[in-house]
Amino acid sequence: MLTKRIIPCLDIKDGRTVKGVNFVNLRDAGDPVELAKVYSENGADELVFLDISATEEKRKTLAQLVLKVAKAINIPFTVGGGISSIQDVAVLLNNGADKASINSSAVKNPQLINDLVAKFGTQCITVAIDAKQVEDEWIVHLLGGKVPTAWNLFDWAREVEQRGAGEILFTSMNNDGTKNGFANKALAKLSETVNIPIIASGGAGNVQHFVDAFKMGKADAALAASVFHFKEIEISALKKELLNNNISIRI
Amino acid sequence: MKLVLINYGAGNIKSLQFAFQRLGAEAILSDDIEAIQNSDRVIFPGVGEASSAMAMLRQTGLDKVIPNLTQPVLGICLGMQLMCNSSEEGKTKGLGVFDVDVAKFPSTVKVPQIGWNTITGLRTELFQNITEESYMYAVHSYFAPVCKETIATTQYGSNYSAALQKNNFYGVQFHPEKSSTTGEVLLKNFLNL
Repeated sequence: MLTKRIIPCLDIKDGRTVKGVNFVNLRDAGDPVELAKVYSENGADELVFLDISATEEKRKTLAQLVLKVAKAINIPFTVGGGISSIQDVAVLLNNGADKASINSSAVKNPQLINDLVAKFGTQCITVAIDAKQVEDEWIVHLLGGKVPTAWNLFDWAREVEQRGAGEILFTSMNNDGTKNGFANKALAKLSETVNIPIIASGGAGNVQHFVDAFKMGKADAALAASVFHFKEIEISALKKELLNNNISIRI
Repeated sequence: MKLVLINYGAGNIKSLQFAFQRLGAEAILSDDIEAIQNSDRVIFPGVGEASSAMAMLRQTGLDKVIPNLTQPVLGICLGMQLMCNSSEEGKTKGLGVFDVDVAKFPSTVKVPQIGWNTITGLRTELFQNITEESYMYAVHSYFAPVCKETIATTQYGSNYSAALQKNNFYGVQFHPEKSSTTGEVLLKNFLNL
């Protein structure tokens, strides 16, 4: 049986791991390669690296980092942040990344999704969506939640699926950094809207939040950063508890 | 031992090279027909789209070379699918090593399947020291149904071929190079065949 995935997210700036609380106040949480190794040995199902300092010069640093990570670990990992061309993705995949995650560039140029899928295949392309609930509507935002777009979350999700994206990484800006749980209602609706896997992101604070994301939110995977980086939740303990809750999990 | 990774512009080849490196084996990336024929083990990787991958194989003449190899050959993911008779993806003919037709997952399950799933009904030396219900990482939208050449199955919508074998040809749908220590055991087994 296919299991639910637990995905630590490593936010990368200048080659180091950081995690913002509500996307500001960055805190340093270590060396990405070391962290990646520890997570893969402790039972993480997959890793996501998000480069939040994606200038031209930094991209080369990122490519080198991807190579080091691929050398060190034997589980899949996705790389995102500032990707806007076929060339960007080619460099990351050639250096050993399994999937590339695109966000703003897809909203600005949706055709990019089709082009990337045609070149690298559906299974390589994740579309990350940051959305904020404004009154009753979930609005897609750019630049870490600063800039609203004209897209409704569910319409955009349908659009990226039709264009061939292999999965959706949905971050709720309302929940991110709060440690009050994932946006389970929106997650469940997303799962009913599209037929590609959904990664839940934003709001993990305790073990029950993961149980809820899978049971109520119907998520296929759950992503978190600081609760793992600061050892508030141990992945092995989390997975045991999920199993106890009859959630299909790889131990 | 000479180990060649067939290079035809498809796939996450770095990860495979690193995986063999961790096992102390050097995998040489090559599209040279002679080098491939003279190697002790051949890995046939593949990520991407089936019909364009087949077009690349035809262009380089590898479509004629691969089915006639006599040493152990391991197709991975799309590599395994291309070794079948045909694929629904891009409606393409395959290399015809395995007598089965690759089909798309039905919409009753999420497509692509992404993640860790169990393998059962394990047969052949490829799965030596790997226990039933072990987890392997897979990411794919198409699958080979169960057939007489199936040596492992996985359940997703229905049972499909997680691995196939015919004579010296092996194929796995999952990614052993991404399947943690269990995947490493499988790669080691392949080197020891």
